[in-house]
Amino acid sequence: MDQVIRFRSAVALAGRFPVLAGIDVDVALGDVVLVRGANGAGKTSLLRACAGLLRVVAGEATVLGCDLVADQRAVRRRVGLLGHQTGLYEEMTPAENLRFALRAARRPPAAAGPALEILGITGRLATTPVGSLSAGQGRRVAIASLVSRDPELWLLDEPHAGLDPDHRDVLDRLIEGAAARGRTVVMASHETERVAPLARRTVTLSGGAVDASAEGARGGTVAVAATDAVVTGVA
Amino acid sequence: MWRDAALVGGKDLRVEWHSRVAAMQVAPYAVVVLLLFGFAFDQDHALLTQAAPGLFWVAVLLSSLLAVQRSYAIESSDGARDGLRLTGLDPAGIFLGKAAAVAAQLLLLEVLLGFGVVVLFGTRLHDPALLVVSALAATVGLAAAGTVYGMVASGLRVRETLLPMLILPVVAPVLLGATQCWMAALGSARTDGWKWLSLLAAFGAIYTALGVVSFSTLVEET
Repeated sequence: MDQVIRFRSAVALAGRFPVLAGIDVDVALGDVVLVRGANGAGKTSLLRACAGLLRVVAGEATVLGCDLVADQRAVRRRVGLLGHQTGLYEEMTPAENLRFALRAARRPPAAAGPALEILGITGRLATTPVGSLSAGQGRRVAIASLVSRDPELWLLDEPHAGLDPDHRDVLDRLIEGAAARGRTVVMASHETERVAPLARRTVTLSGGAVDASAEGARGGTVAVAATDAVVTGVA
Repeated sequence: MWRDAALVGGKDLRVEWHSRVAAMQVAPYAVVVLLLFGFAFDQDHALLTQAAPGLFWVAVLLSSLLAVQRSYAIESSDGARDGLRLTGLDPAGIFLGKAAAVAAQLLLLEVLLGFGVVVLFGTRLHDPALLVVSALAATVGLAAAGTVYGMVASGLRVRETLLPMLILPVVAPVLLGATQCWMAALGSARTDGWKWLSLLAAFGAIYTALGVVSFSTLVEET
């Protein structure tokens, strides 16, 4: 499978409002894509739709070969979504949360320890209920949960939010490592200076559709330019 | 499905073990309800003894509302519900796991309240097998129906007040059947409790099947 994400005129609704308004997006296997846009442009909605959490009601939407229009649940075990919220159970410890997520994903629970160690959730932190951790520590636990599962598609929504400088660097290395292993990464972020060097491609959303697309050189400054992937959306 | 149910049920019980909400809030609430009933009927001990089965099951019913609300409250913290959806677990397994966790807590509560009924209301045991079997069947019905309607209410802002309105009318058969069974088991009424057991069993089976079949839709649509 060369194409991980393929959306054609995809429409997704939040109530009666089209949060994705006829979007066309292609993401190839192993690609690292930065999705940017103003507040309300549809970045989070795009990631949630790719994760199967937001129903696509019209158009075509295929992720990892799964038709999201027909069955939005089929793709969930194969993707990892780092959203605005941690998705963790506050009464359980980080280790318990990760073991639950790993067992649910049919992965070895032993992967929890190394992932928590990478994100610095060790010692007392690992045995403290998540609800008692700071926001940044909770964010690191959520990242560890995704890292431990190592899904085929990483969907990261404002991934650096709440992280201190050291752990921002750790996250950058994790993203680069995932890409090196052939994982596909789609990141939505306002911190373009931080994220753009990690991305091979940049997609800009506006009004629930792609506004322009630009190729970003890895390790360099992103130059926003029109490419052959320019598409128009219906607001 | 069964493995997913065990995983979710274990998770819910682990959360409860850490938070102690059932032990520190639900159980005391049920005991207070029972005590209040005792005070209300204190002048007529014979009536109290006769009404004990009904009062017991009203206390369990009211407590089950708290248990069900708690079962879904843990999923509303910090996007945990989306996290659960993303696990890809079988929705039927999620239903069975959550219902089993609610049932386990209710059973422990019933043991506690059962002692209370014997001690406070002076009841005597005539048919322990009927008592236990009917309690199990009623608990399955309460947990299954509560879990179904709890999911319906969980996505709404008015879930705290909507849930009792949804559940209480529906579980009236459980209250009726369980009370009749326990009246027979405690010898306070000359009724064939085992016949009422079939009502409890049917209710539990129907709502368990309903939950297994419908939970996928409920999870996505609510």
